[in-house]
Amino acid sequence: MSSFWSGWIIVLTVANILGCFWLIWWTMRSRAGEAAQGDVTGHTWDGDLQEYNNPLPRWWLWLFYITLFFAAAYLALYPGLGKFGGFLGWTSHGSQYQAEMDKAAEKYDPIFKQYAAVAVTDLAAKPEYQEAREMGKRLFLTYCMQCHGSDAGGSRGFPNLTDGDWLWGGSPEQIQMSIANGRTGMMPKHGPGEGGLNIGDEKIDQVAAYVMSLAGRNVDAAKAEAGKEVFMTVGCLACHGMDGTGNQMLGGPNLTDGTWLYGGSEGIIKQTITNGRAGVMPAHKDLLGDEKVHLLTAYVISLSNQ
Amino acid sequence: MESQTTYNYKVVRQFAIMTVVWGIVGMLVGVIVAAQLAFPDFALWDGISFLSYGRLRPLHTNAVIFAFGGSALFATSYYVVQRTSQARLFGGPLAAFTFWGWMAIIVLAAVTLPLGITSGKEYAELEWPIDLLIAVVWVSYAIVFFGTVATRKVKHIYVANWFFGAFILTIAVLHIVNSAFIPVSLTKGYSFYPGAIDAMVQWWYGHNAVGFFLTTAFLGMMYYFVPKQAGRPVYSYRLSVVHFWALISTYMWAGPHHLHYTALPDWAQSVGMVFSLILLAPSWGGMINGIMTLSGAWHKLRTDPVLKFLIVSLSFYGMSTFEGPMMSIKTVNALSHYTDWTVGHVHSGALGWVAMVSIGSLYYLIPRLFGRVQMFSMALVELHFWIATIGVVLYIAAMWIAGVMQGLMWRAVNADGTLTYSFIESVERTYPFYYVRLLGGAMFLTGMLLMAYNVWKTVGAGRTADADDAIPAPAAH
Repeated sequence: MSSFWSGWIIVLTVANILGCFWLIWWTMRSRAGEAAQGDVTGHTWDGDLQEYNNPLPRWWLWLFYITLFFAAAYLALYPGLGKFGGFLGWTSHGSQYQAEMDKAAEKYDPIFKQYAAVAVTDLAAKPEYQEAREMGKRLFLTYCMQCHGSDAGGSRGFPNLTDGDWLWGGSPEQIQMSIANGRTGMMPKHGPGEGGLNIGDEKIDQVAAYVMSLAGRNVDAAKAEAGKEVFMTVGCLACHGMDGTGNQMLGGPNLTDGTWLYGGSEGIIKQTITNGRAGVMPAHKDLLGDEKVHLLTAYVISLSNQ
Repeated sequence: MESQTTYNYKVVRQFAIMTVVWGIVGMLVGVIVAAQLAFPDFALWDGISFLSYGRLRPLHTNAVIFAFGGSALFATSYYVVQRTSQARLFGGPLAAFTFWGWMAIIVLAAVTLPLGITSGKEYAELEWPIDLLIAVVWVSYAIVFFGTVATRKVKHIYVANWFFGAFILTIAVLHIVNSAFIPVSLTKGYSFYPGAIDAMVQWWYGHNAVGFFLTTAFLGMMYYFVPKQAGRPVYSYRLSVVHFWALISTYMWAGPHHLHYTALPDWAQSVGMVFSLILLAPSWGGMINGIMTLSGAWHKLRTDPVLKFLIVSLSFYGMSTFEGPMMSIKTVNALSHYTDWTVGHVHSGALGWVAMVSIGSLYYLIPRLFGRVQMFSMALVELHFWIATIGVVLYIAAMWIAGVMQGLMWRAVNADGTLTYSFIESVERTYPFYYVRLLGGAMFLTGMLLMAYNVWKTVGAGRTADADDAIPAPAAH
């Protein structure tokens, strides 16, 4: 803030507060020739509208003074008068936020640290770590349920974490990696338009039939056969594999298991191929820290162990 | 040139009748959105875009504030400024233009908002072509009002006109500054201001819409109809001077309390908070002046339902202007912000104060405008009073409890610092309060329907009293 605007704010703020004091003083003064206290002022409007010349109620005046003095004191202690930061040195983002974060860290960090050295597989399975799993569940209900659901059953576009089916791998290390660093899934667009591979409607139709046949669905055999040719030539196999069983290194889904992230109807499959898909799992390492990611990993493992 | 021997009652009658009509429309939409929150799966609105909550809620707020409240203010300010100035409305046909212009704006709002055409700024959702029309009508309103004051036949300007005047001037400034849009098409414009500045401008507008539209202007209404109906002089001229100037100068600063703990700089939040606290006494000045005007005539409260409306409205005004400064304190706000407590607070002001003082004033006004001795049925006015009062109390009590509960649930943490409740759990627990709120709102709407019937019968009954629209000769002194 420039000194000009700082001064502008200070002048207006102080003038308004002092103005209130002046206003009270000016109004309370008695003037020569005015009506006696408790009498009407002498003006009349619309036949019978008059005003008493009553004084300001004492209790009300004190209330007014108290708020004015409070305002002056507050602006001396806290930021308010332009660039002047107040005698307490308080800021919302600096001192208050930091103080609350430090206090929380002091109180809660030891609780999470006690499990940091225990293997996630033990935390996920052993009876003595029931409390650790409960904590993992509470973390999940705070940070994860918005997409994966409170029962971790997922929803359209957001993976089910309880079914043992993994896009990016189900080993403890891979799950930990997904939570800590996040994942970006990208199915390229095969239809027309910007960035589209534009392979044509016929090929999309054929390859959709082939994808459905991979999952054991009943389709036109000739169309599926033509679709296989498309599958092998336009690049599907790069992520989904020669046999369509996917590639967890790349997050390429298995197309043969009947699990569909975005839906498995013919129309939805065609839509996925035509428009592509972009899925993002955010990174949580910086937000939550290693200990909480550790407990969340254990909780997610425990979900598919059941 | 129309006759200069009578007041212009035609435009007052038009606005007065439309106040009742828009009150019913706006409150009906309010009851519908309240029902949507209580029964989100109900088939009537499920999956229909223009009946969705997000589109009907701004229609409700615009209809009750600007259509119902606005019409009430046009009607009463035009009536009061003429009678206390002993002059016919200035500007000839301009007054009629403000009526038809304001009605056109309301109809445009009622069409565009359900279609999803919105600027997304709360209480300023209308898109830029409608904003331009508002500016034109509002400037015309200012010309009519201040022209009438300027041509008055009495020396002093009556206190009610100070408040109406401050309201008209300030709303013009607020509306024009906040509606600075860069148009990209006929139905879409983008705000001229970036990021946090836009948020600050929006809430400078937003809170002053409350401060000047819903407070200052209705205090103007109060300063005429309370002493008239009580038959007593205003309690204290000195108090009216102090609280007027203090109110209008400090209200201007209060907006930032809507943005506590956001990207808004700390200094702006502090200034917003302290001036919101200072507002307590100037706000209460109006309540004291209104209620104490009744001293020496308290017995009238027992028998006069019109006075009941006016005095109870002042009680709600005092209550919500105490609650507001308290909610602006950062530590209180940290609990109350984003909860239904805010909704309860707004409605204790909007229903308890704004609607009740308007209804009381209209019950005074309508018989006089149409040459009747009194309303068709005073028993119905009495019934309206009780049904409305109980409705408001149910509404705000439900929202207070719900809001405090939500605030406490959202901040509750387990021993390990994780949240005790998910958001959806707080929604689930709010349902019983949504049902009570719906009942309270429906009762208030029922009261408005009784009023519409009563007004219909009063207007339809034929003249029973002489018209009192003759302008008296200027006093000798």
